[in-house]
Amino acid sequence: MDPGFLQELRAIVGDRGLIVHADELRTYECDGLTNFRVMPGAVVLPSERQQVARVVRACAKHKVAFVARGSGTGLSGGALPVEGGIVISLARLNRILDIDIPNARVSVEPGVINSFVTQEVAPYGYFYAPDPSSQSVCSIGGNIAENSGGAHCLKYGFTTTHVLAMEVVLPDGSIVHLGNPTLDAPGYDLLGVFVGSEGTLGIATTITLRIVKRPEVVQTLLAAFNSTNEAGAAVSDIIAAGMLPAAIEMMDNLAIQAAEASVHANYPSCGGLLLVELDGPAAEVEALIKHVGEICTRDGAWEIRVAQSEEERMAIWKGRKAAFAAMGRISPNYIVQDGVIPRTKLPEVMTEIERLSAEAGLRVANVFHAGDGNLHPLVLYDRSIAGQEERAEKLSGDILRLCVKVGGSITGEHGVGEEKKMFMSEMYAEPDLDTMQLVRCAFDPANLSNPGKVFPRLRLCAEKTGPYEPHPLEVAGVAQFF
Amino acid sequence: MTTGATTPRQVEPRWTELESIVGVSHLRSATEFDTVDDVTPSFVISPASNEEIAEALKWATAAEIAVCVRSGGTKMRWGNPPRRVHLILSMERFSGACEHAWEDMTFTVKAGVTISAVQKDLATHGQRLALDPLWPEHSTIGGVIATNDSGALRLRFGSIRDLLLGVTTVLAGGTIARSGGKVVKNVAGYDLPKLLTGSFGTLGVITEATFRAHPLPQSTRSLSFAFADADQANRFLLAIADAPLVPTGLQLRRQDGSNPIVDLRFEGIPVGIDAQIEKALSLSENAAHSDAPGDCWNARESLWQGSSPAVVGKFSVLPTKIACAANLVRRNFGLAKIVVQSIGIGLFRGETESLEHLSQSIAGLQASLAEIGGTLTLLDLPLELKRQVDVFGPARDAYPLMRRIKQQFDPNATLNPGRFVGGI
Repeated sequence: MDPGFLQELRAIVGDRGLIVHADELRTYECDGLTNFRVMPGAVVLPSERQQVARVVRACAKHKVAFVARGSGTGLSGGALPVEGGIVISLARLNRILDIDIPNARVSVEPGVINSFVTQEVAPYGYFYAPDPSSQSVCSIGGNIAENSGGAHCLKYGFTTTHVLAMEVVLPDGSIVHLGNPTLDAPGYDLLGVFVGSEGTLGIATTITLRIVKRPEVVQTLLAAFNSTNEAGAAVSDIIAAGMLPAAIEMMDNLAIQAAEASVHANYPSCGGLLLVELDGPAAEVEALIKHVGEICTRDGAWEIRVAQSEEERMAIWKGRKAAFAAMGRISPNYIVQDGVIPRTKLPEVMTEIERLSAEAGLRVANVFHAGDGNLHPLVLYDRSIAGQEERAEKLSGDILRLCVKVGGSITGEHGVGEEKKMFMSEMYAEPDLDTMQLVRCAFDPANLSNPGKVFPRLRLCAEKTGPYEPHPLEVAGVAQFF
Repeated sequence: MTTGATTPRQVEPRWTELESIVGVSHLRSATEFDTVDDVTPSFVISPASNEEIAEALKWATAAEIAVCVRSGGTKMRWGNPPRRVHLILSMERFSGACEHAWEDMTFTVKAGVTISAVQKDLATHGQRLALDPLWPEHSTIGGVIATNDSGALRLRFGSIRDLLLGVTTVLAGGTIARSGGKVVKNVAGYDLPKLLTGSFGTLGVITEATFRAHPLPQSTRSLSFAFADADQANRFLLAIADAPLVPTGLQLRRQDGSNPIVDLRFEGIPVGIDAQIEKALSLSENAAHSDAPGDCWNARESLWQGSSPAVVGKFSVLPTKIACAANLVRRNFGLAKIVVQSIGIGLFRGETESLEHLSQSIAGLQASLAEIGGTLTLLDLPLELKRQVDVFGPARDAYPLMRRIKQQFDPNATLNPGRFVGGI
């Protein structure tokens, strides 16, 4: 890195806020997706919000790319450093700035851990609804970048539903306010576009969140079926009965085995396990949970348990939330996927995943947010066996293509990041992707904010809109589009 | 609500190309009916496909023709007066049947379909679009997205941005772009459906949209409570929000001189509704209550009726400031009709004796709402005043960024020039 540039950074964040030594930089070379690694040129750790804008201004002046990073738990390589760029870690900006219970709003800095928000407001009977499985370590800033979901977004919505306002440092270092603590602020919904933009449009430095009143009661039911298809039929019937559960989760036998080996959740050994959670007014939930039990029995469930205490409920969830990490118990390596399908395509997709898995000679464990069709197939492999990693990557890609083929998406909550950008072209046509990039050109014409992520190819911001025409550089053979 | 009236067409040479795009029977001369505020366009076209719209917009952009999209036409007076409009692009032929993946609880419709037609179709499978915008018989999917209109159901189900999964849009340069998807969960790429929501037709022509559906409730019950003053009514709104209740409607209504009324609605299974009503009654400070009048959830529509000069405005404040905002409206306009949702979004009608008085009242209200952190958007007001103000209020610090967005999507300002925030 240019010493003059590093000196400018040091002047802003001090010695304690700047990392330049290779050993220390290694911590930041990847996020939760560890098979992509790039060494950053430097890492800055601002401890005051104003420092973020000054750091970004320095980057803009020196044309240095930057990647914002929260807790580094992302699963798509969104916080992967870029060659020759710096990482801006928001971990030290972890203050809760304001709690306004009567208006159900909380203002935080981006480094605040997701579950801390709920902890702060729980004494007042409120919670912060988005609950990614990593919620005890992931940050609100990272959740905004990825538009994180979680098991309960079927009923409560995603991060985007719960963010009302933000102060954002744009890639040129200027500060703007998007959204408003009051609803429907006049103008384009730039807040809505910023959430889920994976760090490519700037850095949020203050965030106003909406919190939700805790329901009167929560009931969790666990049902064991012989197969995921039987469990899937029960999901359809529950929804067809007009219910909107807080969560419906499904695990197949391999996922159950892993969860048992890891956290002893005491799940029945079965082909398809369903967790259904209902919440709301007591009288309603009590009547409906009985109905859910009846539907499951009719669809072939041979064991049904309703958690009788908060401890039992937490134990049921523990197995599900630990499912990814638990794969380590049954396989040395694994790839987590995040495809989405129309829920009714589940039997067809499961059969095809089984076929692909057999063809590749690799096991696939399945954990789903069944209510909204968000699959998390876990492709298990052993990196030390020659050729397995490549086969696992191919199988994982084939599963994503399958999701797109049946009308779904390549990612429901983990983001595109570095990992899935080549699959964007499977889901969207070139004009669709170009139109999205118009937004990036408005926010970041110099292409400094997390460049190279999300899109399979960079759109030069001066390009004209309209049908795709090859860029002169492409025609000249100097540059190539993927 | 497009006119069926036809006038003899005199197609100037440069318009003939447009005729070849949509066909001779779908291009007509504009009439007085087609005027947008006081700007009269030359022609009206009714394309039938994305490709026809793309060709028409490409032609318009090249010819520096300004285009205004019209669907149901119910909210044509919303937004700033256009700088120029030469061509109305009517979506009347985009009203084809709905693709309803009812088992997946999603559906895809063309932008020109009315809200009530959508609801009727979904109801055959016991579902609904959990959105209750103004004038559902005439307002269309495209128009409601473009203006981000919502009603009482928003309290429980969110607004358009929370229900819209994907859109197809034609940009001014002729690009046909699909964004979002057809599944309820999808984070692949930027969330353009949100950008287009509430963009007043300035970024592209929305031609098709996919939404999430919700089950129709088994039963519904609404109550009305009469309170002594707005502060007491506001306390009740906050108490309901702070209780473990899940109402699907909660609004404060005030008609001229009468006391404030709070309407409260629960949906679900009867046993759940009864228990929630019992709890709500315990929070009502013994306010007199009765079954709510059947039309109370459409009360906002009555704000467009009355004497003039008048303004219909939309304010947005924090839930704790609802009484304050309602009092500010009355302080500035004297008696006024107000309907405020408990989430802080209120619509009102203010009538005055003169235009000058109206102008002063608007300015006064805008300033006092700003002091309590609120915003004001003017939906309907006399054209003379509309020419003197920005109906969206003062520009904020994100305005230059909004301009850059517009510049990227529509560099020649073909679409609805002037009608959005700050004259975008």
